[in-house]
Amino acid sequence: MGFGVNLNFSQFVPSIPFILEGVLVTLKIVALAALLGFALGVILALFKIGRMKVLTWFADAYTSVFRGTPLVLQLMIIYFGLPQIIGFEIEAFPAAVIAFGLNSAAYISEIIRAGIMAVDKGQREAAMALGIPYKSMMRDIILPQAFKNILPALVNEFITLTKESAVVTVIGAMDIMRRAYIVGGEKYAFFEPLLIAGVIYYILVMILTLLGKAVEGRMRKSD
Amino acid sequence: MIKVVDLHKSFGKLQVLKGITTTIAQGEVVAIIGPSGSGKSTFLRCLNLLEEPTKGKIWIGDQEITNRKTDIMKVRQNVGMVFQHFHLFPHMTVLENLTYAPMKVKGIAKAEAEAKGMELLRKVGLAEKANEYPNRLSGGQKQRVAIARALAMSPEVMLFDEPTSALDPEMVKEVLEVMKSLAHTGMTMAIVTHEMGFAREVADRVLFLDGGQLVEDAPPSEFFAAPKSKRAQEFLEKML
Ligand SMILES: Nc1ncnc2c1ncn2[C@@H]1O[C@H](COP(=O)(O)OP(=O)(O)OP(=O)(O)O)[C@@H](O)[C@H]1O
Ligand SMILES: [Mg+2]
Repeated sequence: MGFGVNLNFSQFVPSIPFILEGVLVTLKIVALAALLGFALGVILALFKIGRMKVLTWFADAYTSVFRGTPLVLQLMIIYFGLPQIIGFEIEAFPAAVIAFGLNSAAYISEIIRAGIMAVDKGQREAAMALGIPYKSMMRDIILPQAFKNILPALVNEFITLTKESAVVTVIGAMDIMRRAYIVGGEKYAFFEPLLIAGVIYYILVMILTLLGKAVEGRMRKSD
Repeated sequence: MIKVVDLHKSFGKLQVLKGITTTIAQGEVVAIIGPSGSGKSTFLRCLNLLEEPTKGKIWIGDQEITNRKTDIMKVRQNVGMVFQHFHLFPHMTVLENLTYAPMKVKGIAKAEAEAKGMELLRKVGLAEKANEYPNRLSGGQKQRVAIARALAMSPEVMLFDEPTSALDPEMVKEVLEVMKSLAHTGMTMAIVTHEMGFAREVADRVLFLDGGQLVEDAPPSEFFAAPKSKRAQEFLEKML
């Protein structure tokens, strides 16, 4: 029996474009989920710091549940389980966006809450002393400063989302991961296509990291 | 005019203000002095309801602000406040700091708000800094902008909580000068300060607070020459 390394990347070269098409799917899912997660995250964060006890309770419970259960379970509940209740099928793509969006909202709301708390409380007092209403104060004074502080954490969350998005493969969305798996199945060799997928993910993450650094740098400049 | 009757404020079990009664007339400049922890800031912050009094009544003009029906936001628009640590909005330019609240809160048109903002900046000697961000300014400049920001709302009353305490000594004067010229315009002012010279020169009256009580209330000439209470005497000995 030979244990010689038996890799053959050349046979996968024709499949690379097919796998690369998954980049767009992955990015679309991640971008839409990030938007949804961000919007919900802001709302949940405002609930958490607000005075309405019910809303605070709701936001805390939401965060606890979504952080306390596996993402892949949430995904499968939405894709396989929900149709049973709502009476119609959900496509893999929207199911993935919803699941990741709801999930990242929990994490993002914590990041934003911490960011708001970190804004000097004198800012709030100065705004109050000027008679600025709560809504305007939050939107124009507190949140812009909070976002500046939390930008690195948000980029991080975005990167995590990009990597974690690979689990959509379990519901059959045609992302990078799924395509690599299909190609592997056709050729009865998984190592090479999965490695190719790994390289693609790594490059994506590096690009996102660099983008994050660039945005952060520009923010610093305006300081 | 500010009228305060039997003002109490507690934080939990801690009684900070124990029944303060005083009146500040229209155009009067009052210096509030006293040892650390005596309740000076708390007193000042009650006047624009940044702290909610536990008991007692406060009138600004003919409006009783401690009445539940009073619109707190409206009251605050009428009462400017200057803080020890400035609290300028760091993500807005100097001029934006001055125009934001008038535009947002009072609905004043941008052009008008900017014209008024520039006029105020000229008054505090900082017109050329209009488009700078606050972190490019020195402490004294920041505080002058903060004063202008409060004035941009055209308040009837101005509150100052140790406006020069966070400043390097060489910057104290420029801020006091601005406050002095504001006093000459007939603005009603309540100033918590450790600047005894300024209090003596500019204030019409000195309120001495100790242990949450108004221990003395006298013109500066009287107060500094011959404080009646032992506590004020001791305090002045330490200060001067
Ligand atoms: N938000 C608060 N919660 C609890 N205690 C407070 C609060 N604000 C002030 N205090 C307490 O009330 C007392 C009076 O505080 P205050 O800030 O009014 O004093 P001050 O005369 O302004 O002192 P200083 O000269 O040091 O500024 C202090 O014992 C302070 O610890
Ligand atoms: Mg104080």
